[in-house]
Amino acid sequence: MTRVPFGDFVAGARAHGTLVVQPRMGFGDPRRMREGLARTRAADAVTVGTLTLDSYTRVRDLTAARQALDEGVPLNGYPICTHPLETSRAVLDGIHDASFPVQVRHGSARPEHIVSALLALGLDATEGGPVSYCLPYGRTPLREAVASWRRSCETLARHTGDGRVPHVESFGGCMLGQLCPPAVLVAVSVLEGMFFARHGLRSVSLSYAQQTSPQQDLEAVAALRLLAGELLGHVDWHVVLYAYMGVYPLSRDGALTLLEAAARLAVTSGASRLIVKTAAEAHRIPTVADNVEALETAARAAAGAPAADPGPPDANSEVYAEARTLVHTVLGLHDDVGTALLTAFRRGLLDIPYCLHPDNAGRARSFIDRDGRLRWADTGALPLPGAAVSTARKVTSAELLSALSHVQRAYDYGGTP
Amino acid sequence: MNSMPGIHLPSVLVTGTSSDAHTWNLVFLQLLLEEWGHDVINLGPCAPDELVLRSALEYRPELLVVSSVNGHGHRDGLRLVRTLRAHPELAGTTMVIGGKLGTEGLRDLGQLRRLLEAGYDRVFDDGNVAAFHDLVSRLPVRAVS
Repeated sequence: MTRVPFGDFVAGARAHGTLVVQPRMGFGDPRRMREGLARTRAADAVTVGTLTLDSYTRVRDLTAARQALDEGVPLNGYPICTHPLETSRAVLDGIHDASFPVQVRHGSARPEHIVSALLALGLDATEGGPVSYCLPYGRTPLREAVASWRRSCETLARHTGDGRVPHVESFGGCMLGQLCPPAVLVAVSVLEGMFFARHGLRSVSLSYAQQTSPQQDLEAVAALRLLAGELLGHVDWHVVLYAYMGVYPLSRDGALTLLEAAARLAVTSGASRLIVKTAAEAHRIPTVADNVEALETAARAAAGAPAADPGPPDANSEVYAEARTLVHTVLGLHDDVGTALLTAFRRGLLDIPYCLHPDNAGRARSFIDRDGRLRWADTGALPLPGAAVSTARKVTSAELLSALSHVQRAYDYGGTP
Repeated sequence: MNSMPGIHLPSVLVTGTSSDAHTWNLVFLQLLLEEWGHDVINLGPCAPDELVLRSALEYRPELLVVSSVNGHGHRDGLRLVRTLRAHPELAGTTMVIGGKLGTEGLRDLGQLRRLLEAGYDRVFDDGNVAAFHDLVSRLPVRAVS
């Protein structure tokens, strides 16, 4: 098979002024998984394929994955460690090639078993990170996640050469999906990108998830590109945008309009790739047809959007100033970025609002301001002097619900935030 | 509300299931229960069955709330409640589950029946806060000496 590295494929599309669009799709049934990949490939858009894994594989409960398959219980993703190798090869055969890279998406804080399985299939693109796949998703100690991600990156990096350039995308731009002020998302993405490079990866991507304010989102992607340029000059990198990751509009029109806004944001901000959400998002695990519709809707919206300014991104924003402070504070803690991340979370110098993980300080709180921007209600021990809003108070369940559904309500009622 | 002398409102253990990574449902439930005056211990997402069992035996909550939205809730919730109900010390604990429990977004009466038979006292539809409040407010209140 002629190989085109994941990063090269995205760079090639960018050189042609085309946004790469990608689903987050995974099914337990191999035939349905193959159909999903085939129809992603055939969609009227420049696409890359996705194998999203099931929750049992993510938490390494392979016994439960095996039992679910044996009992015919539907899984919420593809159990890459459980289906026989020949079955998974047959899923990819004739579909995964130079014109269609496939990335494995999983959510595992300790991904060694997943990395082994994807490499055995001839795949070498995946995503996650020691912070972004640990703190929001369970109780694995951060120290264990950092150690496991070090080993996983080094295993992937050993497969560099002979046309292969393994790629890892940081999921740092998502964290709990919503209500995390952009500076923290940008900082975690950049720091995880540096972590991947430190452990041998030569091609990485940095993520950012669409939030509540289009202007703040533009500033955030600009900040991400600036910091990546400053700190990741020695590796191939690009920015991937996630369509809104919080509570999604219930109505079909609202859901697709929000997706179109994400596609335009991706192009205008200078991102190279977009992970879509579907019109079915709020109701169930999307079907293949839901995903194809989302890919084609996003590609059409992207084609009509004004391109990013060719010059350097704007460095005069609040998001850049905060993110830069966070990144450099963490890097100043230790020469090794993994060790620095552990110290930063222990001291609350990085703190994810509302995250329940035992290794998260849990002092920082956020809110949606009247202009739609995400701001700090309490900065806890974050090194952001002067940025905190002095009205720190306890958020009620009703206020939380209202903030969580801010975007959903706006789009379901036909407006924008 | 929770500072009335001599009255102890039922304590609540809130947890996700072993394979479910979602957090906001758990944060919301904690805030809600605290506003209703209860002491809450929140185990967060992806709590293994052993941790839920250990915590239940240690804290002896009056109410145990399982919340799941990843589509594996039927299966994981069933296994969890069987583990918990195998311990006679927890016979008096009210146990409930709710959320989006299957991958298809449909109400499955067979699964509902199995969850109740296995030991849940109630199974809540996603978003049915009124019914949940009703159940919580009827829990026996203990006087503390």
